[in-house]
Amino acid sequence: MNIDIKRRTLLKGTVAAGVIGMAAGAGLVTPRMVLAAWPKSAFDATSVDDAVKALFGSSELTGSDKISIKAPDIAENGAVVPVTVSVNGIDGVESISILAEKNANPLTSNFVLADGALPYVATRIKMGKTSSVIAVVKAGGKLYSTGKEVKVTIGGCGG
Amino acid sequence: MANTIKMRAKLSGDVTTVKVLISHPMETGQRKDKKTGKKIPAHFIQEVVCTHNGKPVLTANWGPAISKNPYLSFKFKGGAKGDTVSLRWVDNKGQSDSREIKIA
Repeated sequence: MNIDIKRRTLLKGTVAAGVIGMAAGAGLVTPRMVLAAWPKSAFDATSVDDAVKALFGSSELTGSDKISIKAPDIAENGAVVPVTVSVNGIDGVESISILAEKNANPLTSNFVLADGALPYVATRIKMGKTSSVIAVVKAGGKLYSTGKEVKVTIGGCGG
Repeated sequence: MANTIKMRAKLSGDVTTVKVLISHPMETGQRKDKKTGKKIPAHFIQEVVCTHNGKPVLTANWGPAISKNPYLSFKFKGGAKGDTVSLRWVDNKGQSDSREIKIA
């Protein structure tokens, strides 16, 4: 299996080669473009704590005012809540994760930044009900976080 | 799936801003088909890889809580007009699509 080692080391916390090999064999992913197996246990976790622990091995979060979350105070449609996370003043940001605290499975996404990428991501998430949107930033071996309350009038997870 | 990605990359100073819109149902697996009453199976993008001149710049792991027809925007330094930016996504059914554009 010839995964480029340099590409693999770009992603911190990757899963063992065996899992990727298995996935590649099953035709699910091509080694060239996919650098790590999908973190299923993190996405399946039912609490913010468990999701963070599954992703990073620790759930110790340091609150930081250097992380900005831009999201509506009131989301008319919980199926489409725009969220922008940016970091100003923390060096060496490796990843940004976005969680919706009261979703059945809080982890919505994890963005891993390579060299040159700025600590800025914008996307749209589904929220089941009013809750905090939490951003977890991994930098310099530490986990920083902040949250913003978003009121949801119509829940968007379909359940 | 083909032609699912709309993408723009714009350079301002040293920062390239990339904006992406992907056509994808991002089905959570919780929604019920109104006619049959059965749950519509989960179908969502799990991984997105973006490269700049062939070098990965952003890798995203997504779950079903990313909205339908996902929007993504990110920024990076060191790009120049005419450089190649590409994006590829893979979903939980093994389907994928990719797109390559130039920085404007």
